Amino acid sequence: MQKELFEYVLRIGDNALILGQRLGEWCGHGPVLEEDIALTNISLDLIGQARSFLTYAGEVEGLGRDEDKLAFFRDARDFRNILLLEQPNGDFGDTIARSFLYDHFAYLLFESLLHSNVTNIAAIAAKSIKEVTYHRRHSSEWVIRLGDGTAESHDRIQTSINNLWEYTGEMFNADTIDHVVASLGAGTDPSSLYASWKKNVAAVLLEATLEMPADDWMQKGGKQGVHSEHIGFLLAEMQHIPRTYPDAQW
Amino acid sequence: MSKSNWPLWEVFIRSRQGLSHKHVGSLHAADAQMAIENARDVYTRRQEGMSIWVVPAAEITASSPDEKDELFAPADDKIYRHPTFYDLPDVLKHM
Repeated sequence: MQKELFEYVLRIGDNALILGQRLGEWCGHGPVLEEDIALTNISLDLIGQARSFLTYAGEVEGLGRDEDKLAFFRDARDFRNILLLEQPNGDFGDTIARSFLYDHFAYLLFESLLHSNVTNIAAIAAKSIKEVTYHRRHSSEWVIRLGDGTAESHDRIQTSINNLWEYTGEMFNADTIDHVVASLGAGTDPSSLYASWKKNVAAVLLEATLEMPADDWMQKGGKQGVHSEHIGFLLAEMQHIPRTYPDAQW
Repeated sequence: MSKSNWPLWEVFIRSRQGLSHKHVGSLHAADAQMAIENARDVYTRRQEGMSIWVVPAAEITASSPDEKDELFAPADDKIYRHPTFYDLPDVLKHM
């Protein structure tokens, strides 16, 4: 049970950490000043969530690893984030599409985790859901504006959503770890979130005059530690300072 | 997505219940809803506010600096309009 719970919490924490790192890459590169601040605000929210989940994961594991050890001293195969979130930022539309697809999932996940019988998980979910509610609003509003904007913005955000669609299936793939944790009331079986996710995403896409891509073959593996080549570069940038100067202090 | 195409909005934040909205700055946004969200991100990061107003800057009619004398100078020698001639009890705030 402890092993499954550790993995389960690690997955949620790694999702927040990796997307937080990706959005942080926009710092100083946003299309306009206001959006630059918005993306990095969201990044900091996500890193805050990652800190809470990774700290708790370390406590569950009981081997003395804290948030920093887990974030900065694991290699790619030990990360448990879904593949969607490690995909490169691309253009602004790619970044918005990636956040949009994840934010709708994260909202439903945290909403259900409010009822977790593990006090720590329910408490972190309660804190995080306010942030995620705003993230979902931010990315959805942008999908609507880009989709229902100019012909070029419409085509580009549609392409972004089409390209990322094959990474959405992994969010709802339940494996043994999900089943064990859900059966104990500690977590949620992600496949139970799929219908609501699809309905909510469809409503935004409709308003944005965008097509929902057909479900075809779906990528998977991130939750089990089998990643795309992108994560190595991401981790190199994220981890090189703490690995060069272990235990450095401000 | 050229910034020059986005209109300018003036942002007003109310910091606490009971106080009035106060002008804090301006920003660019494509529409009112986006202006609210941008204002949230740009101006309320440090717990500055609990309510946001945004107003299209183009909708604000401003007095002209050239009219300074006719508008404001006549008040200069009418100090009796200030309530400073009265002793106010300490319990009165914001006067």
